[in-house]
Amino acid sequence: MKQKDIKLFTPTTVVLLLIMAAGGLAALYRVFFGLGASTQLNDTWPWGLWISFDVLGGVALAAGGFVIGGTVYILNWKKYEPIVRPAILNAFFGYALAATSITLDIGVPWRIWHPLVMWQVNSIMFIVAIHVVLYTTTLATESSPLIFEKLNMRKAFNFVEKIMPGIALFGVLLSLLHQSSLGAVFLIAPEKVSPLWYSSRLPYLFLVSAVVLALSMVSFETILSSRVFKHKPPMDILLGLARGSLIVSGLYLVLKLWDLITGPGIGLAVNGSLTSNMYLLEMIIGIILPFILLSMNKVRTQLNGIFSVNILVIIGTVLNRMNVGIISMAEYNGKMGHDYFPSWMEFLVTMAMIAFAILGFKISVKYLNVLKLEH
Amino acid sequence: MSMNRRDFLKTAAVGSGTLLASAMTPASASMSKELPPEAVGILYDATLCIGCKSCMVNCKTYNSVPGGALHLQGRAIAYEEKPGEAFWDSATDLSSKTVNVIKVNKSGTAVNKDSPENGYSFIKQHCLHCITPACASVCPVGALTKNPVSGVVQYDGKKCFGCRYCMIACPFNIPRYEYERAIPQVRKCQLCQHRYEEGKYSACCEFCPTGASIFGKVVDLRKEAAKRLTLKPGDEYDFPVQTVGSKEKSRRPVSKYINHVYGLKEAGGTQYLLLAGVPFEWLGFNKNIKDTFLPDLTWAYIAKIPAVIAGVLLVGTATWAITKNRNKGKEE
Repeated sequence: MKQKDIKLFTPTTVVLLLIMAAGGLAALYRVFFGLGASTQLNDTWPWGLWISFDVLGGVALAAGGFVIGGTVYILNWKKYEPIVRPAILNAFFGYALAATSITLDIGVPWRIWHPLVMWQVNSIMFIVAIHVVLYTTTLATESSPLIFEKLNMRKAFNFVEKIMPGIALFGVLLSLLHQSSLGAVFLIAPEKVSPLWYSSRLPYLFLVSAVVLALSMVSFETILSSRVFKHKPPMDILLGLARGSLIVSGLYLVLKLWDLITGPGIGLAVNGSLTSNMYLLEMIIGIILPFILLSMNKVRTQLNGIFSVNILVIIGTVLNRMNVGIISMAEYNGKMGHDYFPSWMEFLVTMAMIAFAILGFKISVKYLNVLKLEH
Repeated sequence: MSMNRRDFLKTAAVGSGTLLASAMTPASASMSKELPPEAVGILYDATLCIGCKSCMVNCKTYNSVPGGALHLQGRAIAYEEKPGEAFWDSATDLSSKTVNVIKVNKSGTAVNKDSPENGYSFIKQHCLHCITPACASVCPVGALTKNPVSGVVQYDGKKCFGCRYCMIACPFNIPRYEYERAIPQVRKCQLCQHRYEEGKYSACCEFCPTGASIFGKVVDLRKEAAKRLTLKPGDEYDFPVQTVGSKEKSRRPVSKYINHVYGLKEAGGTQYLLLAGVPFEWLGFNKNIKDTFLPDLTWAYIAKIPAVIAGVLLVGTATWAITKNRNKGKEE
């Protein structure tokens, strides 16, 4: 398919726009009437869907940007060059989602800049805030050649392309710290977070699972866009990603099991409570099943097999972030006497963020040279 | 696309400068673990508490003035919020309008005061003013700070941007949030810091008729608490009222205490100390709270950041330099 053949006004687009409009209204309502009026958050549950899905999940889903960026620009593995642009653009949308949601989630959105001037280096949240700002800027810089190319600004284009390895390294550094620091956020609450998730190794687990997710997410996008935009999927790249996925998910599986055995023990994971069932669900969907499937040659070398594993990993890893952010504290919070289930406005805002990312990506593909399609 | 080593290093250095500057802050940035010598606090003795809730009423009254923990421009005292209407604020838990609450816990037939069996006990819940507060350590904007002199964990609503990380971090579930307001703040006891500055002391202690809550320097409160644990149940003792060094005493027989001063070691120690006749778990305190400093857990991560930055830049640059030429033959 050529770029000019991509139709922008399809029924899907209309649905996405409607969701975005509704979500935008919900976001406005939240800004004017407060968190109490728009969300189900309460004193027992200060963090909910927006932190767990949009921020923890969104950032994890954006990990492809640094993994592929590092592979192509630092390891100089040029085989993966064709997917570096979509991966980085996707990361940019992931971070935009996280940054927008955290702005809506904090009590006073127009003070979002406070951490940048009121430094408090003991706080992981401060580290997180600095990283969001620096890395979103880095991603914008990494994506800027797309715009410069479009506007025919050769000088700017050449300059950014020239310093790209440095920017990519900076991006890798920020991501390593940022992905892990989101796990480190929960280190402060050992008496609240269920031992199924609480561990001093939480930052490492977040980092490794982000890499697993990155490989699957990039592979998923590559296959999906080859279907949507009707071009031949680059099999050698997909096979390479699947091989990488097998290795890193093996490492993650070992880490998780080691953590379970040296921590609370297997008993806690199989006691039939909601907490343990959610843990098992995350482990089976996100780690065990993908690992078994990927270790089968038949699955790993076949397009549909890879695609199915990708979906499992995406769901499983996002579930992990939701578990850490919400379910891990359910048992403790239950004793405090409050429940939490996201309000429809919380869902709507989150859905609007996803719609924005999908539509934004599509528009970028049409007008910018993301997939290097013919014009 | 080509780039020489100098260009590369320059980019990496410029880009990382900001980050390095923030990460290279000396280890002294981690929190103090020492009780300030002049630190003040409260000793609550559940065996003396009669559940009159005078402390709750006066807490609201004296904290609804400018500088108080419940003050809000244009808002009356929280329990008088609906003017003209009969409104009875009978708070059963901490909230954005209640930073001090008296609760009662019962077991069995609940006839024996301060007895674990078929008994009941009051408990006064508010901020414990940790010596090394987790809430202050996690606050990204420094809205929650520990006063270096009084040791009070104080809050600056103008700095706070509302991430609510303090609520996750507090092992005692103290900070509450004004979800109902469009421009909300965190609400928690600040030990009547505004009154202390005027030469007064915590309202809950001033208006406690039995001496269940007494105000004083933490070192003195610790001595008083230790002394009470050595008393023989049934013997008479002159319990000080209002403040630990008060001349006004209330003479009454000593109840049987659980041999534990809560707050001496919990979460590294707190400036609010509690005595009771029943186990503290029973009174709603989480048994998983350890005697360690919580901020150490996150500092262990933060302290590694400078090394990670240096390591990643070094290894990354080396890798780039080594692999730079791997595609030379293949490229155009």
